[in-house]
Amino acid sequence: MAYSQKVIDHYENPRNVGSLDPKEENVGTGLVGAPACGDVMKLQIKVNDKGVIEDAKFKTFGCGSAIASSSLVTEWIKGKTLEEAGAIKNTEIAQHLSLPPVKIHCSMLAEDAIRAAIRDYKEKNRAG
Amino acid sequence: MVTRPIYLDYQSTTPCDPRVLEAMLPYFTIDFGNPHSRSHFYGWQAEEAVEQARAQVARILNADPKEVIFTSGATESNNLAIKGVAHFYKAHKDHIITCMTEHKCVLDSCRHLEQGGFKVTYLPVRPNGLIDLNKLREAITERTGLVSIMAVNNEIGIIQPLEEIGKICREKGVFFHTDAAQAVGKIPIDVEAMNIDLLSLSSHKIYGPKGVGALYVRRKPRVRLTALINGGGQERGMRSGTLSTPLCVGLGKACEIAGEEMLSEYKRLTALRNRFYSTLQAELEEIYLNGDLEKRIPGNLNISFSHVEGEGLIMGIKEIAVSSGSACTSASLEPSYVLRALGVEEEMAHTSLRIGFGRFTTEEDVDTAAQKIIKEVKRLREMSPLWEMARQGIDLKSIEWAEH
Amino acid sequence: MVYLDYNASVPLRPCAKEAMMAAFAYEGNASSPHKVGRKLRAMIDGARKNMLGRLGAKRIIFTSGGTEANALVLSNFGDRPVLVSTIEHDSVLKGAVAPTYVPVKEDGRLDLEVLEKALLSFDKPGLLSLMLVNNETGVIQPLQEATFLAHAKGWKVHTDASQALGRIPLSFEDLGVDMMTLSAHKCGGPVGVGALVLKEDLHLQPLIRGGGQEYGMRSGTLSTPLVLGFEAAVSEALQEETHASKRLREFQQKIEAALPQAIIYGKGAPRVSHVICLGMPGIPADLQLMSFDLKGVAISAGAACSSGKMKDSHVLEAMGVSPQDSRCAIRLSMGWKTTENDVIAFIQAWKEICEKQSLKEAS
Repeated sequence: MAYSQKVIDHYENPRNVGSLDPKEENVGTGLVGAPACGDVMKLQIKVNDKGVIEDAKFKTFGCGSAIASSSLVTEWIKGKTLEEAGAIKNTEIAQHLSLPPVKIHCSMLAEDAIRAAIRDYKEKNRAG
Repeated sequence: MVTRPIYLDYQSTTPCDPRVLEAMLPYFTIDFGNPHSRSHFYGWQAEEAVEQARAQVARILNADPKEVIFTSGATESNNLAIKGVAHFYKAHKDHIITCMTEHKCVLDSCRHLEQGGFKVTYLPVRPNGLIDLNKLREAITERTGLVSIMAVNNEIGIIQPLEEIGKICREKGVFFHTDAAQAVGKIPIDVEAMNIDLLSLSSHKIYGPKGVGALYVRRKPRVRLTALINGGGQERGMRSGTLSTPLCVGLGKACEIAGEEMLSEYKRLTALRNRFYSTLQAELEEIYLNGDLEKRIPGNLNISFSHVEGEGLIMGIKEIAVSSGSACTSASLEPSYVLRALGVEEEMAHTSLRIGFGRFTTEEDVDTAAQKIIKEVKRLREMSPLWEMARQGIDLKSIEWAEH
Repeated sequence: MVYLDYNASVPLRPCAKEAMMAAFAYEGNASSPHKVGRKLRAMIDGARKNMLGRLGAKRIIFTSGGTEANALVLSNFGDRPVLVSTIEHDSVLKGAVAPTYVPVKEDGRLDLEVLEKALLSFDKPGLLSLMLVNNETGVIQPLQEATFLAHAKGWKVHTDASQALGRIPLSFEDLGVDMMTLSAHKCGGPVGVGALVLKEDLHLQPLIRGGGQEYGMRSGTLSTPLVLGFEAAVSEALQEETHASKRLREFQQKIEAALPQAIIYGKGAPRVSHVICLGMPGIPADLQLMSFDLKGVAISAGAACSSGKMKDSHVLEAMGVSPQDSRCAIRLSMGWKTTENDVIAFIQAWKEICEKQSLKEAS
C-alpha cells in the first residue's frame, strides 16, 4: 500500500509522543481502540485554567496511518479550547493525511481519542 | 544513497532462478511447437522437452513421470485434487477431512463442496501447529474419500507428519492429498514412503516461472478424478488445454536444481535462521515464535513482537520485504486465521511478522535485517501505550476495551 | 522446414517476446520480489486496460488458456440448457454437460433455422456457445445472427474466438455476445495464457477457487510475462489484421488455383484467409502427413489436440463429408511468418505426393 507523504512524515517523526501524569487534575486521558482489533490510541491533554489545551501527548499501537492520525491531532489540538478541539471531525484528519478508504477507521479512532480525553478531563473537574 | 532492499518473503513468492530462465527461454522462440502436434518435428521436439520436464518433477517426488500432471499452478492443482476426487467418488464417499490452517484455495474448495452436499471435517491444530493424529484417525469414517493436509504451512512453516498421516490413510483406505507448494525442494518428499496419493506443487515457490504447477496423481492403487477442464484430453484426460512447453521446462529445471541443492540449502538456511533469531532474542524481550521450531522448514520464522502492531512495524522496516500473514489476505485487516487456529490471541496475532529466507539470502542480509527490526521494534514500543501499560504492571486483559 | 500449422501454434511474435523478456527480467529480481510484485501486478493491469481498449470490451479475466476459459463458462451452465454447434472445439463439446447440438449446413456454417427451433424447444433460457471461426476449415460462423436469435429468447451467448483474433476484424462490442474466449498462442502470443472477455454485469462462479483474484472469478498467481506477451501479440495481430488478411488471401487463392484436383472444404462459405482444409482424393491423411514431413513441410490433420489419435474429423462429419473423404483431408494454416516460398514449397510437395501416390494406386 502506498502511504501519503504526510503519513510517512508523521510516522517517521511523530510529534508529541509521550505521557502526562494521568493523576494530575488538569490532565485528561483518552484510551480508545482495542488490542484485538489491532489499534489502540492513548491521547492525553493538559488544560490550563482558561480551558485551553496547552499540551498534548500520545502513544499509539497500530499501523502507520493510526500513528500518523494521532500524531496529527496532538498538533492540531494544542492551543485550542476544549470546545474547538472537540469539534475536530475525522473527515478533516482523513483528508489532511489522504487516507485510503481502508484506513478511514484510523481517523475515526483519533477523533474518538480527542473526545475521550476531553470527557475524562471534564469528569475530573466537574466538582471543581 | 539507494540501499538494496532485502527480500525476506520467500514463502510468498521466489524470484525466477537465472538458470531456470536460461533453460526455458529457447522454447518461447526457437522451439515453439505445440507439444500435442504429432505430425511434425516442431511438435515432437516440444513433446520431448515436456516429457523431460515431467521426469524432473517426478524425480523430486520419487514418482513415476506418468503420475505427474501439469497445471497452471498450485491453486489449480489443489482445486483439481479436492474437487476432482470428491466428485468422482461421490456415490460412495461424501466426506472430506482437511485442516483449519490449510491454504485458502483448499479451504475454499472444501467450502464449495459443502454447499454441494459434501461433509467436511476441519481438523484443529495443536498450539505448535501440528495436527493431532488421533483426531485424524477418529475423524475417518466409511464415507471418507479424501484427507487433504498440507505438507508445510505457508505462514508458519511447520511440517506436518506426512509419513504418519499417509500410513493412517492407507490403513483406512482413504486417499491422501497434500498441498506441498511450500515443501517441495525444501524437505525430502517421497510419495512412496509417505503413501501420498495426490500432491500439489507450485513453480514460483521454488524459483521457477509463475503460471505453472503440477499435480501428482498415483497410478497404483489408481486414483481417479473428475477433470475441472475438459477438452482435448491431454494429461491423461485429467487436465485439457495446450501445455506451455517453456513453462513446463522451467518447472522441470527448477525441480532439478532444488533437488540437487536441497541438502546444502537446508544446512545453510538453518544456520542463517538461527543466527537471525538468536540476535533478535538477545536484543528484544517478549517476542514469541509461532509454530514449532523443530518441525519447521529452515527458511521460515513467524514471530509475534508483543505490543507492536505488525503493519506499523512493516512500514518502519521498509527496506526489508516481509509480510504480515499470508500474502493473499494481507490486504485485509483481519488477523491471520492460521495464527488464530494455533490459539494465538488476536492481540498477539496483530503483532506478527512472517520472515522467509531463501536461495538468495546472505548472512549480511539477515544481520542487517535483524538490526533494523530490533531498532524499529524498540522505537515503536516506546510509542506503544500497551507496552507502557505492561511495563507498569497493568494486566491488559483487565481493561474493558471498546471493540469497534 | 516449412511451417504451415499456425492453427496448432503460432510462432511467438517478436513484439511479444520483447514484452515478455522485460517482464522476466523483473521476475528474476532477487533483491526485491515485493516491489517487483507490485510492479508486476501494475503491468498486468496495464495490459488488461490496453486489451480492453483494443477489443472494445469492459472486463477481461486472464486464464491459463482458451480451454480453461471455455471450461469456466460451461461449468456455470451445468443446470441450464446449453446449445453448441456440432463443429465446436473439443474443449466446448466435452466441457458442456449434456448439451444439445445444433448442426451446420454443408458449407460448414451453422444452420440458423435449426437454431431458432432449438431455442423455442426449451422452457427456460440457457447458453449458446458458438465459435467465431472454425479451426479446421476456417469457416466464419454467423455469430451476430445467432446472437440476435438467442438474445431474443433471453439466452446468454459465448463464443470461442481463439481462431478469429487477428484473422478478421474483431470487436466484442460489435459482436454483441456476452462472453468471448481468446487464446494467446493462437495469435502469436505465448502458450500458457488465455482470457475470457465478458460483459461487466456477468458474474461467474470460479472454476479455480482460492485467493479471489480476477474479480473473484479465477484464483491463482498469474504469470506477468505471459500476460504481457499476450497483450503485445493481440495488439499487433489486431493492428495488422487488414494487411495480413490481404497478404494471406493471395496465398490462399494461389494454392487453391494451383491444385484443381484438391477438394476444398467450406469453399462455399465465408472463410478466413489463412486456413485451407483440403482433401487429396484416395490418399489417407496420415500417409500425406508423413510424406509432407519427409519433404520438410509441417502441417496437420484436423485439430492438434486430437491429431495424435488420427480419428475422424467431427467437423467434416458434421458437414456431411463421408468418412472415406474425411480421412483424406489435411489442414494447412498460415500466419505472420509465412512467405511466398513456403506456399510454393507446399504446392510443389502436394503435387508430388499426389502424383506419386496416384501412380502407386494405378500400378
